[in-house]
Amino acid sequence: MPDLGKYADTVLSAYAVSLLLIAVLVLLSIRRARKMKAQLEEFERKAKRHG
Amino acid sequence: MSLNRLWAYANPKKFIETTDRVLPAIWGLAAICLVAGLVWGFFFTPEDYRQGATVKIIYLHVPAALMAINAWLMMLVASLIWIVRRHHVSALAARAAAPVGMVMTLIALATGAIWGQPMWGTWWAWDPRLTSFLILFLFYLGYIALWEAIENDDTAADLTSILCLVGSVFALLSRYAVNFWNQGLHQGASLSLDKEENVADVFYYPLLVAIAGFVLLFVALVLLRTQTEIRARRMRALAARERMG
Repeated sequence: MPDLGKYADTVLSAYAVSLLLIAVLVLLSIRRARKMKAQLEEFERKAKRHG
Repeated sequence: MSLNRLWAYANPKKFIETTDRVLPAIWGLAAICLVAGLVWGFFFTPEDYRQGATVKIIYLHVPAALMAINAWLMMLVASLIWIVRRHHVSALAARAAAPVGMVMTLIALATGAIWGQPMWGTWWAWDPRLTSFLILFLFYLGYIALWEAIENDDTAADLTSILCLVGSVFALLSRYAVNFWNQGLHQGASLSLDKEENVADVFYYPLLVAIAGFVLLFVALVLLRTQTEIRARRMRALAARERMG
């Protein structure tokens, strides 16, 4: 860990906020993508079965 | 690649097939560049003689601010393609990019405020660049809300495209505000084609790697989210067809 001196809180909070926002964005995007893919496949399967 | 070959990707099926093939590589490159740029910048660069350790915030602030503006410009291009050629994939790509751009704007605003407190003695000032970034953030919120508020996809794409055209003024203003007005707290650009104006090399190279990471992350997220929007649109179309019997 580098010595951040009197600005340690400033630097660490900037990194924490940014990385948290990026992680939430990536996770929500991946979760919604998987959910939508599965839902569409299920919907198309059902539609095929009912002609 | 000829323009006709490019338009082939306006076919949703072709778009999903192609992006499925390239996405793993883009995710991988994005992760490598992001980790390399941030680790290099955080652990292996010295303090600045004026800013002290707070200089390490530029590896987040500058790439996020760049992407906040460029995401809107990408949405502008996609919106224009929708208006002129009526390709659904381009309208959906613009929709997919908006939350990513909004988060980038939020990161730029948050890291700027956190940095500003010890450096300027205030979290916020009504400085031209800060204010235009706040307006850009509000445009992102409005754009996302407008897509959600309108049920008909084509009408939503038309209206959001117009909003995107209007918002582009603020996206450009965010980029050039420091050049238009000399007053205000925000310093000039950290990166420039003129090497004299750039930050020192010791900060510059890790910053370039971090920017590459943010660009690749943006591309990966927009491609993934566009796939999702294409599937959601197909779901809505199938459901509507089923309701009509």
